[in-house]
Amino acid sequence: MRRRLRELSDRFYGSHAIHLRERPIPWAYRVFFRQIGLDPDRTRTPVEELALERLHDGAFKSRGLPDDALNIAIVETGVALRAFDGEQVGRLSIRDTAPGESLPGERGELPQGTLVIADERGPIGRLFGADPPEWSGIEQVSRRLTIVAIQVNGVPQISVDEALWTAAGMIDPTVEP
Amino acid sequence: MSDLLVRDTPLSLPVADERLARAELRRQIGRLEHQLSRLLAEGFPRVEVDTRVEAVAPAPRALGLGDLERVRDELADCVAEARAALEERAVSDLRNRELLDQMLTRPADFKWLRISREELGLHGCGHWHSRPRYGLLGMLMGWWRVKISSGCPL
Repeated sequence: MRRRLRELSDRFYGSHAIHLRERPIPWAYRVFFRQIGLDPDRTRTPVEELALERLHDGAFKSRGLPDDALNIAIVETGVALRAFDGEQVGRLSIRDTAPGESLPGERGELPQGTLVIADERGPIGRLFGADPPEWSGIEQVSRRLTIVAIQVNGVPQISVDEALWTAAGMIDPTVEP
Repeated sequence: MSDLLVRDTPLSLPVADERLARAELRRQIGRLEHQLSRLLAEGFPRVEVDTRVEAVAPAPRALGLGDLERVRDELADCVAEARAALEERAVSDLRNRELLDQMLTRPADFKWLRISREELGLHGCGHWHSRPRYGLLGMLMGWWRVKISSGCPL
């Protein structure tokens, strides 16, 4: 995994970062961010966040599993991915919050109408934008992961499939399409 | 039945209209974002293009028509400003190229003038410098020439 991250760092230059937002998939996420009220130059899209980190740190930093697998898949495909504790979450959906709802591990209520990823019990993370640092979403003892791809208008299904299989294949090489 | 039809019509039309308006605004935002990205790449690194549009909300949410319009308008302003900055830069580059042509033809008329590659919109280091041949002697005799620098320092 670390070798793959290194190779990816070697293949990713400043010119890639400059032209990144012109490519269809990163562009689609920028547009979506605008449409949901976020400024993609402040709250970065996942692929731009990683690109910026690569330029700033000189390499994609290894953070262990499952982050490394997700980051490689995000950089290679541009598709936004998230991972949740498969043993803790139920059936996931995207919805806006009702009054009084909050995120696990976060004090205070979410503003009504915030777009979140939720299961049957309630919100488990904002759709985009940073979640509180204490909420990793994954317990150390977890043996099952749920990987989520957030597909927005303009992102082809084949790229979503590729992103999911890339990430899943790196976490568990026995996984087959 | 007629009562139902009368009541249905005004209720359903605004919904359809709003949906169409939102779709159109989203399309416009997408087009403007694409233009802005292209202008940013075109201007980099010589012209700084501001692509920031202040976030409407601290958290992601489905925007209403008014907010979408605001985002669209601010993006349109950014595109217009970026175009103007790039155009201004292109005019300045062209003017400098003309000046360089004149300097190359008549170096004595442009004593000590120095034009860099950057001022011509070219990548890399280097400059053209009008200076006298043989130092002080050339200066007194009016032997001026344009010297081209050897490029970027190692």
